[in-house]
Amino acid sequence: MERRLFLKSAMAGSAVATAVGAGLLTPSMVFANTADFKAVSDAAGASSASAGKGSFKFKAPKIAENGAVVPMTVDASKMDGVTNISFYVVNNGTPLAASFNIKGAQGYVSTRIKMGTTSVVEALVTAGGTTTKVAQEVKVTIGGCGG
Amino acid sequence: MSKIKLKPKARKGVIGIKALIKHPMETGLRKSKGKIVPANHITHMTVSHNGNVVVDADIGSSISKDPYFKFNVAGAKGDTIELKYKDNKGKTGSATAKSK
Repeated sequence: MERRLFLKSAMAGSAVATAVGAGLLTPSMVFANTADFKAVSDAAGASSASAGKGSFKFKAPKIAENGAVVPMTVDASKMDGVTNISFYVVNNGTPLAASFNIKGAQGYVSTRIKMGTTSVVEALVTAGGTTTKVAQEVKVTIGGCGG
Repeated sequence: MSKIKLKPKARKGVIGIKALIKHPMETGLRKSKGKIVPANHITHMTVSHNGNVVVDADIGSSISKDPYFKFNVAGAKGDTIELKYKDNKGKTGSATAKSK
């Protein structure tokens, strides 16, 4: 009987926690990204669909052992008039990782991003009004064996 | 105590700007002990070179914890580089460094 009571109370407790998680937090706290960023992400998704293959260098690991830290580099220094560099992780909840508006700097960005699962990562470079992309699959193998 | 490490280094007319920001970058989706950890991540960042904004970035929550960035800007030794960021809680941070 005691055991049953314990189970019951434990379940009630977790139900409360779920309610707090789902109901009481404001939407802006629950959704990871702001609405503004969602709009930017959608725009990047739309431009990605129509983008041709780019002639810049995109460096990302083929296999990432830890999805929390995946280093990647876009080197478009040889292209003229680069205005934007974006990292787009197709399988992430909000696919856009970051969008860098370049105003006078060279077309080079290096950063580290988080990835939930194995996904194709696209680097989008906008130069002179046209967007081009280079895609690469990054395998995420958290836990070690296989992926 | 600055929470940003900013190291601009000039070489052959190009300044390589390395920046490391100390920030938890919580997505707001991760749970700890059954409770959702509230989102806390950088949303906006600008890098200025001698007062002119050269990089203006929208950052998502899927940038890794303690984000690292590297940019290249044409410039010379002694130029001033400034980095500013803003997170979703409205907190801001900035750092200035002279190029070496």
